[in-house]
Amino acid sequence: MLSLLVRRRRLLHHLLLPLFRPFPMAPSQPRTKSRNPLLIPGIGKFSRSKMYHKRGIWAIKAKHGGAFPRHDPKPASPEPASKKPPKFYPADDVKTPVPNRRKPKPAKLRASITPGTVLILLAGRFMGKRVVFLKQLSSGLLLITGPFTVNGVPLRRVNQSYVVATSTKIDISGVNVDKFDDKYFKKEKKERYKKSESSFFEAEQETKKLPKERKEDQKVVDTPLIKAIEAVENMRGYLGTKFTLRSGVKPHELVF
Amino acid sequence: MPNCPTCSRASSRSTSSAEMVKGREGERVRLYVCGRILGYKRSKSNQYENTSLVQIEGVNTKEEVDWYLGKRMAYIYKAATKKNGTPYRCIWGKVCRPHGNSGVVRAKFKTNLPPKSMGSRVRVFMYPSNI
Repeated sequence: MLSLLVRRRRLLHHLLLPLFRPFPMAPSQPRTKSRNPLLIPGIGKFSRSKMYHKRGIWAIKAKHGGAFPRHDPKPASPEPASKKPPKFYPADDVKTPVPNRRKPKPAKLRASITPGTVLILLAGRFMGKRVVFLKQLSSGLLLITGPFTVNGVPLRRVNQSYVVATSTKIDISGVNVDKFDDKYFKKEKKERYKKSESSFFEAEQETKKLPKERKEDQKVVDTPLIKAIEAVENMRGYLGTKFTLRSGVKPHELVF
Repeated sequence: MPNCPTCSRASSRSTSSAEMVKGREGERVRLYVCGRILGYKRSKSNQYENTSLVQIEGVNTKEEVDWYLGKRMAYIYKAATKKNGTPYRCIWGKVCRPHGNSGVVRAKFKTNLPPKSMGSRVRVFMYPSNI
């Protein structure tokens, strides 16, 4: 289709390209953007023949002696010798569900929440308590602590949406929170005993005993924190007090 | 103590009234704003019960409603038979959009609000929070 002259000119141009442009021909990083911008979904800007030229198929062919390089197909793997016909053929076409490839990302941490921020819990057992933010776990939940001796909130996970970030920050540089992750907080799976009469009457609900490690971990995290808290005037009292809305106070006008 | 917060939150949501009322031995904290249920979304002679209109205290303009969009609300009422050990029951909902220019809000609830709720209180919580 293209005239010989055009082809020759273009070949020359591309062979002499290194002279025009000093950068190397082959890209060091593979090209990510498509060469054919979409005008409308399904319709590209360039025609088939234009794209042929843009992709440089003609140059690749020229490099490989006139034909596009191809490899012979792999030899088909031999079929297993004993292949029994299936026992059951479904009467109607059975639709297989599309596999779910979705991998949810952890929630993006709000700019107002940085390690050491004092947060107000909005719901749950400790609602209203002011609490120190330590770090965001891989699940997206926030790791917080009271500290426990100040307001009774232990090391805990909390969802970002149930928390208001205040502008008060505490210095937590002395605290090492590397060992805490979601696995640490995961509930132990109760052994599901088979429902039999004996087990029904025997196994009473065991009271949850807090393992020693948790108490120690709490102390390890809290001690440097409390030092930092004592350094600031009124901070201990502030963290010990609960947040509450009062008559005439409008949350949409509050600055936290 | 090592409670998974999602668990306590879930229970807080489904039997929130029980927890809210029963477990308040300590100081009471109010982390919600009161609202009044005005009625259903309606025109002169047609009403659409899937959306209720709510007047949130202290919110008087359409701009102020922006803060409350998406916030969860609970309509709490009492019933004769006790469920989960408490006579209080709850219908959860959320703020959808402003209604008009004066701070009234449209809200959708999990199940439509009963007509007896008109004129009664609704709790508008501060979560999901974006502060």
